[in-house]
Amino acid sequence: MEELMKILNEARPDVDFENEEALIDDGILVSFDIIYIVNAINEEFDIEVNVSQLKPENFNSAKAMWDMIQKMQE
Amino acid sequence: MNEYNVLSFLESSAAKYPERVAFKDKDEAINYNDLLIRCQKIAFVIRKNAQMESFEKNRPVAVFIDRNIKSLQLFLSVVYSGNFYVPIDPTLPVERIQAMLETLQPARCLSATTRKLPVEADSFDSLVEQAEALDEDYCEEIDRVRKLVIDTDPLYAIFTSGTTGVPKSVLVSHRSVIDLVHRFAEEFPFPDQPVMANQAPFDFDVSVKDIYNSLNLGGTVVIVPKSYFVMPAALLPYLQENNVNVLIWAVSALRIVQNFKLFDECIPDSISLVMFSGEVMPIKCLNYLMDYWKDATFVNLYGPTEITCNCSSYIIQGRLNDTDNIPIGNSFANTEMFLINPDTMQRIRKAGERGEICVKGSCLALGYYRNPEQTELAFVQDPEVTAYKDLMYRTGDLGYYDESGNLYYVGRKDHQIKHMGHRIEMGEIETVVNAIDEIKMACAVYKESKEMIYLYYSADSECDNIIIKQIRKSLPAFMLPNKFVYMKELPMNAHAKIDRKKLAELE
Repeated sequence: MEELMKILNEARPDVDFENEEALIDDGILVSFDIIYIVNAINEEFDIEVNVSQLKPENFNSAKAMWDMIQKMQE
Repeated sequence: MNEYNVLSFLESSAAKYPERVAFKDKDEAINYNDLLIRCQKIAFVIRKNAQMESFEKNRPVAVFIDRNIKSLQLFLSVVYSGNFYVPIDPTLPVERIQAMLETLQPARCLSATTRKLPVEADSFDSLVEQAEALDEDYCEEIDRVRKLVIDTDPLYAIFTSGTTGVPKSVLVSHRSVIDLVHRFAEEFPFPDQPVMANQAPFDFDVSVKDIYNSLNLGGTVVIVPKSYFVMPAALLPYLQENNVNVLIWAVSALRIVQNFKLFDECIPDSISLVMFSGEVMPIKCLNYLMDYWKDATFVNLYGPTEITCNCSSYIIQGRLNDTDNIPIGNSFANTEMFLINPDTMQRIRKAGERGEICVKGSCLALGYYRNPEQTELAFVQDPEVTAYKDLMYRTGDLGYYDESGNLYYVGRKDHQIKHMGHRIEMGEIETVVNAIDEIKMACAVYKESKEMIYLYYSADSECDNIIIKQIRKSLPAFMLPNKFVYMKELPMNAHAKIDRKKLAELE
C-alpha cells in the first residue's frame, strides 16, 4: 500500500488520497493522471492493467486500486 | 464563398438538410432545423435580458459550459444575438472564474451546466422556456441584428494561460473562422456526411474546428463524455456506435488510445480522417493508430489559438521510423508563415536555420480582450513592411525549414509548455507561488521526459502543503506542479537570475 500511495502522491500531490472515495466519479483524477498511475502501477507491481479494468469502481479510491492490484497479483 | 458571418454555415445546412442531426450528446440530439429556430429565439431572449439597445452589438456573453449540446446551442444563440461568446469551465477555481469575469465584464452570464456557479447565470432551461413563449415577432429583430454584424466582429473569446498570473482572453472574429473552415474543406478529405467525435472541451479552440467544419459540411458533432477519456473502456465502442468518421483531437487524447491499447477490445471501422494538434505526436502512437486505421488519412496540424486553431498542416505519407520528425508542414492557403530571428527581427530564409515562427493572414485574432499591453507584444508590425499597417503574430515557437520547404517545430523561445494538451506559462505558476508569504523564490520547470511540472522553491523551511493549499485557489488542476522540491537556496546564474538550466538538469 505504501508503494501505491507514493505513486499516487507523485501523480497528484494536491489530492488527499487517504480519504477521497470518489476520485473518478467527482472528476478529481483526469485522463493524464490515470495514464501516469496505470503505467506506474504496471511497472511497480509487475502487472498489466487492461482496458476492461479501467472502470470507476477500480479507481475511485486508493483502497479500490490496492484491492485490484492484490487480486491481480494472486 | 461570400459568407461574412459563421451563421451562414448553419443556415445553409439547415436549408439543405433540415432533418439531419447537427449536435448530439449522450442524452439528447437536435437537428439542423430545430437548432436554427431555437438559437434565433434564445438570441432574442438574450438581447432582452441583457437590456441591449437596438444598435448595440459585440458584447461579451459568458457561457458556463458542460459536455453537452446545450453549450453549443448557447454559443450559436449568442452569435445570433450579435454578441460574442466566452466559454468558461465551471470546475475552475472560483478565484480564477472571478478574474475572468473581471476581465470580461459580460453583458450576461448563461449556463449549460447543472453545477453550482459562483455568479448568477440564466440557465439553459429558463432561456428555452422564455424562448418558447415568444410569438413570431422575434424574427424581424433577429434579421435586423444579423445585418448589423460584419466579418471583423468578434465571434468568441477563449482564455489561455498568461505569464502575469492573469489568464489572457484571445478574441477571434467571424472572418478568421470562416477562413479556417474554407481552408479545411479545400485541403482535407472529409467524408460526404461527416460525423465528428468531439473530444476537446469547449473552452479549447480545438473544438471550434468540430463545430464550424461540421456546420459547413452539414455534418454531425457527437460530444464524447469527458469520463470516457478518464476510464476509456467505453470510448471506442461509443465511436463505433455513433458511426463516427472524423476525429479532430488533441494529441494527448489520441495517446490514450495507444497507451491503454484500446484497439485490443474494439476497432471502430468507420474512421476515415484523423487530425491531431496541440503537441508533438509521438511516432509510436501514430504508428499504432495507422496500423489499425489503415485506410484513414492522418493529418498533423499546427497553430496557436491566436491564429484561429491552425495555420499549417502535414498529411502523413505512411508509417514512420521511430527517429523521424513529423513536419508541421506547409501553411494553409491565404496564410503566410515565416521565420524571424527574434533578436534582430530579420527574416530567416535559409533551410535548416532556426527562427521564431510568425504568421500573417485573415486567421489573426483581434488580440487579447481588454489587454492592450500583451496584444502589442504579440501582434506586431511586420518589420519588412514600412509603408502601411501590416500585422503579424509572433508565436514564440521556434522552427526551421528543411530543403523541401517543410516546416518543423523544435521548441519554445520562452517558458510556455504543453502539458496534457494544456498550454501553460511557467511564469503564471511562479507568479501565484511567489505571492505566498512563506516563499522566498520559486521556479517552475517542465521535465519533458517525465511529463511533470517541478516546482523548486526556497523558504525558511519546507512548506509543500501551504503552497498546495494556496495555489489550488487560483490555478486549475492541470497547472498544479506534480512535484515540489524545497531548496535552501535556488541556484543562480551569472546574470543573477534563477538558473533554470541547472534545475532542468536535476534528477
